[in-house]
Amino acid sequence: MISFLLDQQLVHIENADSNLTVLEWLREHRQLTGTKEGCASGDCGACTVTLAEVVENELQYRSINSCITLLSALNGKQLITVEHLQDNAILHPVQQAMVDEHGAQCGFCTPGFVMSMFTLYQQRTDNAETELSRGQIDNALSGNLCRCTGYRPIIDAAKKACNKPKTDKFSKVSDATVAKLCSIASTKPGIENLHMPRTSQELASILQTHPKARIVAGSTDLALEITQALRPIETLVSLGELAELKTIAETDTPLTIGAAATFSDIEPFLLKHFPDTKEWLHRFASVPIRNQATMGGNIANASPIGDSAPLLIALGAQLILTNGSNQRSVPVEDYFVDYKQTQLAAGEWLARIDIPSPDRACFLRAYKVSKRMEDDISAVCAVFNLKLEEGDIAELKAGFGGVAAIPKSIPELSQFVGRPWSIATINEIEALLHDYFAPISDVRASANYRNDIVANLWRRFSIETTQPEIPVRVVEHA
Amino acid sequence: MRKLIEKSEATLASGQVGKSNKHESAVRHVTGQARYVDDIPEPANLMHAAVGLSPVAKGEIITIELEAVKRATGVKDVLVATDVPGHIDIAPVFDGDPVLAHKRVLFHNQPYFAVLASSTQGARHAAKLGYIEVLQESPDLDVSTAHEKSNFVRPTHTMRQGNFENSITTSDIVVEGDVSIGGQEHMYLEGQVAMAVPEEEDRMLVYTSSQHPSEVQKLVAEVLNVPLHKVTVDMRRMGGGFGGKETQAAQWACIAALLASRNRVPVKLRVPRMQDMQTTGKRHPFQNSFRIGVDSSGVINATKATINGLCGHSADLSEAIVDRAMFHCDNAYYLANADITGYRCRTDTVSHTAFRGFGGPQGMVLAEAMMDAIARELGEDPLTIRKRNLYQHSTRNTTQYGMKVEHNVLPDLIEKLEASSEYWKRREQISHFNQSNPILKKGLALTPVKFGISFTAKHLNQAGALVHIYTDGSIQVNHGGTEMGQGLHTKIQQIAAHEFGLGTEMIEVTSTRTDKVPNTSPTAASSGTNINGKAVQNACITLKNRLSQFWAQTINVSPDNVIFKNGCLVANESSIEFAEVVQQAYMNRVSLSTTGFYKTPKIHYDRNTGNGRPFFYFANGASVSEVTIDTLTGEYSVDRVDILHDVGTSLNPAIDIGQIEGGFIQGMGWMTTEELLWDDNGKLLSNNPATYKIPAIGDTPNVFNVALYPQANPEDSIYHSKAVGEPPLMLALSVWCALKDAVSSTADYRIDPDLDPPATPEKVLRAVQAMSKSQKANT
Repeated sequence: MISFLLDQQLVHIENADSNLTVLEWLREHRQLTGTKEGCASGDCGACTVTLAEVVENELQYRSINSCITLLSALNGKQLITVEHLQDNAILHPVQQAMVDEHGAQCGFCTPGFVMSMFTLYQQRTDNAETELSRGQIDNALSGNLCRCTGYRPIIDAAKKACNKPKTDKFSKVSDATVAKLCSIASTKPGIENLHMPRTSQELASILQTHPKARIVAGSTDLALEITQALRPIETLVSLGELAELKTIAETDTPLTIGAAATFSDIEPFLLKHFPDTKEWLHRFASVPIRNQATMGGNIANASPIGDSAPLLIALGAQLILTNGSNQRSVPVEDYFVDYKQTQLAAGEWLARIDIPSPDRACFLRAYKVSKRMEDDISAVCAVFNLKLEEGDIAELKAGFGGVAAIPKSIPELSQFVGRPWSIATINEIEALLHDYFAPISDVRASANYRNDIVANLWRRFSIETTQPEIPVRVVEHA
Repeated sequence: MRKLIEKSEATLASGQVGKSNKHESAVRHVTGQARYVDDIPEPANLMHAAVGLSPVAKGEIITIELEAVKRATGVKDVLVATDVPGHIDIAPVFDGDPVLAHKRVLFHNQPYFAVLASSTQGARHAAKLGYIEVLQESPDLDVSTAHEKSNFVRPTHTMRQGNFENSITTSDIVVEGDVSIGGQEHMYLEGQVAMAVPEEEDRMLVYTSSQHPSEVQKLVAEVLNVPLHKVTVDMRRMGGGFGGKETQAAQWACIAALLASRNRVPVKLRVPRMQDMQTTGKRHPFQNSFRIGVDSSGVINATKATINGLCGHSADLSEAIVDRAMFHCDNAYYLANADITGYRCRTDTVSHTAFRGFGGPQGMVLAEAMMDAIARELGEDPLTIRKRNLYQHSTRNTTQYGMKVEHNVLPDLIEKLEASSEYWKRREQISHFNQSNPILKKGLALTPVKFGISFTAKHLNQAGALVHIYTDGSIQVNHGGTEMGQGLHTKIQQIAAHEFGLGTEMIEVTSTRTDKVPNTSPTAASSGTNINGKAVQNACITLKNRLSQFWAQTINVSPDNVIFKNGCLVANESSIEFAEVVQQAYMNRVSLSTTGFYKTPKIHYDRNTGNGRPFFYFANGASVSEVTIDTLTGEYSVDRVDILHDVGTSLNPAIDIGQIEGGFIQGMGWMTTEELLWDDNGKLLSNNPATYKIPAIGDTPNVFNVALYPQANPEDSIYHSKAVGEPPLMLALSVWCALKDAVSSTADYRIDPDLDPPATPEKVLRAVQAMSKSQKANT
């Protein structure tokens, strides 16, 4: 059974197609047609809805793309759609601002924008000490495409409604909502062919009984097999209830990130220890995707263009793989065997990611190049990590995405350890990097461009480390 | 007939017109209550359709095997071209667009069968099980092949003024260049969709997301082999159109209607996003070149332009689209002795179609390429060259198609924008910035827009309306235009309210239906408000005359003295509430319903001579864009945009500004990140929003100043307003020119960069690299 609140109504789903998306359930099973399908691939945001979850006794609101979210993601949460915002006949402040600022033209993307803005509104209620910046608005609405307005009136509406949000009908009843969510019966979660283990032991036994079962965490990539490739997945195992895989431990050495922790959960942790990952985080994907997607999923699915692996390679991270009884540790760069093939054995899963504690003496820069700044996939992702000691290279690691069938490191860089950090060395490394890889040409970039970018990003890195007064980025991710 | 006094100043003193009313559906939009076709409560027994797509691009069909499709769960019916009882060809003007592939496959992913099943998912899964065998031929995909084979979808057309050959030889300088211009995916957020509901006997009701309900009605009737009066098409709103639902919506409505008719069940066909992108036409890619003669100050005295539209497999609307590219390859500049030739190249892809600007933008890109080329050749600021070449008031004012440019506001408009945007001051700042920054470079450009308003197919410049007054004084207005977000119904509501002196709450604009207003033109060519607004106004005038006459008689005054204002009819000292007079008129058997009609005056064009006045007037504007490029990656940002745009008297400033901003950003996407790519087999690679990138919220410039040029349209358009749908898209050419300016700065502005739009980061980097190579070559 999957149990959740639809606005304030308790819903129990006992039988449903395990491949059903939240969007299909809303539109086809509940006739709630306010939420729209624009792409069914998490790229346009027309289907955005809000999920509220109890975290430390408070409601945490997050926007998600309902088109690539499976029902399991709803368990124990409150699902809020555009139909639920009005307080009797009175529009919610975000709706009213969208009307007042002429934020809707054709109106098809509007419910999605309204929900992303509603989430921002909730996140800032009682928590809006600083003026809402353009950057914060862009970030909150980064997963919503509008083809009519050019966004200006939508930005104005967000400013107007979300700068100093007042109590609304949701915050008024938040205590009651928390209570309702906490009381949602803890009967066995899941439905037929969609398992929701709560412990690693349960997960291990499900994988033993169902060797073909597919593990699903955020579903932001896996769901495309269902909605785009039309390949149904017979048995799914959701990590949604597996608390131990969501743990982020920042006090230990090394730092550890549970494989099922979402990027939004990881974000404050990463920014604290590695502040230079800010642009990388924001360009990784849109907010609704970051709210669902997990770093473990981004690694485990072994995409050559996932942005996590280059960062983790440059940080010298280890992957902890387990089958419930035996655990092993693999350096990130060794995990990938070939295109979409990994070291993961049958019955094994990625449990967590261990990152060596940050060294303040390191220069870390994480670069991503893509056609569009927001919500695009890398042509190239390149992460460099350099430690200097008395003017010499003490450590130099780099990770790359988009350059080969798998994420890559450059082992030869270790040969430069001990060399002086000089123009000659920098140029020598640049020469090594240029044409080091044999990338493919595809819809995102040509092979030549990818090669040029790898070398030019190294050039950018050298300027940022040696001549920081020279601006080298066109967009400040403040 | 009583003559209405029309206001001619830029703002209307009173009444509903000229106010920034909210979109009539604004509350419904933000609450999710606005219904699109897929949101209409589903009729009982509704079944769902999907289409099967050809895995190859071109060749004769040998066999089609659909047994596996028929056996799939929940499948009720399959349909191939030969099952169609009426016309198989659903082409809009010229033949060539079969509803399903017939005898030959014409492009990769062409639908060759449709399947009907009990669920959407069931139909889509079953549609994957079809098998087609094709005697494969390799597809032709480029301009040069079309020319080699003389393979054109329509005959070549030429426009000539003066004598190019003589003038080019006497020119001081000859400048040549070419530009390859990418197409553009419409990416309306609501994909293609239709629902057909069979009614009694052979009658059919069709809900469609279409800019052209009358054409859907005609084509549905033709495929079903029934007269047009058996088919009714209903269209309340689209989730975006942009031209992509002018002809491209009909196919889905026809397939739904065919399956509905054969099976006597309601049928819905909603096309998934990737299939939508694979199967529907886009903005035409073009390859254009120029050879111009200029004097020593950069003023053009001879122009030869070659315009090549890549049309796809059929004509669709390409005749008129390439014409419009030719009509606009001057943009705002006098081409003097001009020789313009337009080719409609056949390529084996989807048939490209209307998209906001309709070929005009691709013509204007060439004009702006000419200006930049002259400027770099002479070492002048491109704005100086642009201003020198603008159409003048009394001389140098005839276009390459022989139309005089009257009421030319651009010289003044540009001067005002130059001042308000501080162009020259910023030019200096930018040159300082570029000298002190080795990696980042800034660029600046001002480009104008002059866009001809009217359908170039003369017969389309007509519109109809139907206005009902009910006995409580509330009014229902219906017209031939369709609402796709542009605010047409809001403006129509304002026009009717203005005419009757009522508040807009008294006016309900209902869905566009072929049984209310027949034989309508598509909502296209920016004409929606211009022609339908006039038709509605004419209907309102008829009803006002009836009410005035009736009431004047009862109070014994002349009907000429009756005016409609503030919810009342007023004459001398007397006044009566609108609802009251309506009730009295009803009791006295005065008809309270009428139609209205309008046809655009003054327009004509002789295609044989390439001369005429195809446009009622021109809409104008100009923009200044400032960009920053990263010379290491080619990435860039658009930092500031200033726009001054001419909408005549604005009917609704908020809506007009919305059209300007939205059009600009859409045009910016076309000029920057929106890149369509096909492989050598004719397969579209950029086939979803993960690989085809339209502007996102962060792409909107931080500084975005938009103002309306305060001058009424001197022509007798509706309240002297100007059309605003398409023209602002071309304002974004300044982004492209600013990127070129930034690239050019790396070679001290001496070289005109080769930067074909869309100027993706990769292309910008290539252009920067080419600059340093040519510099090295020169030293």
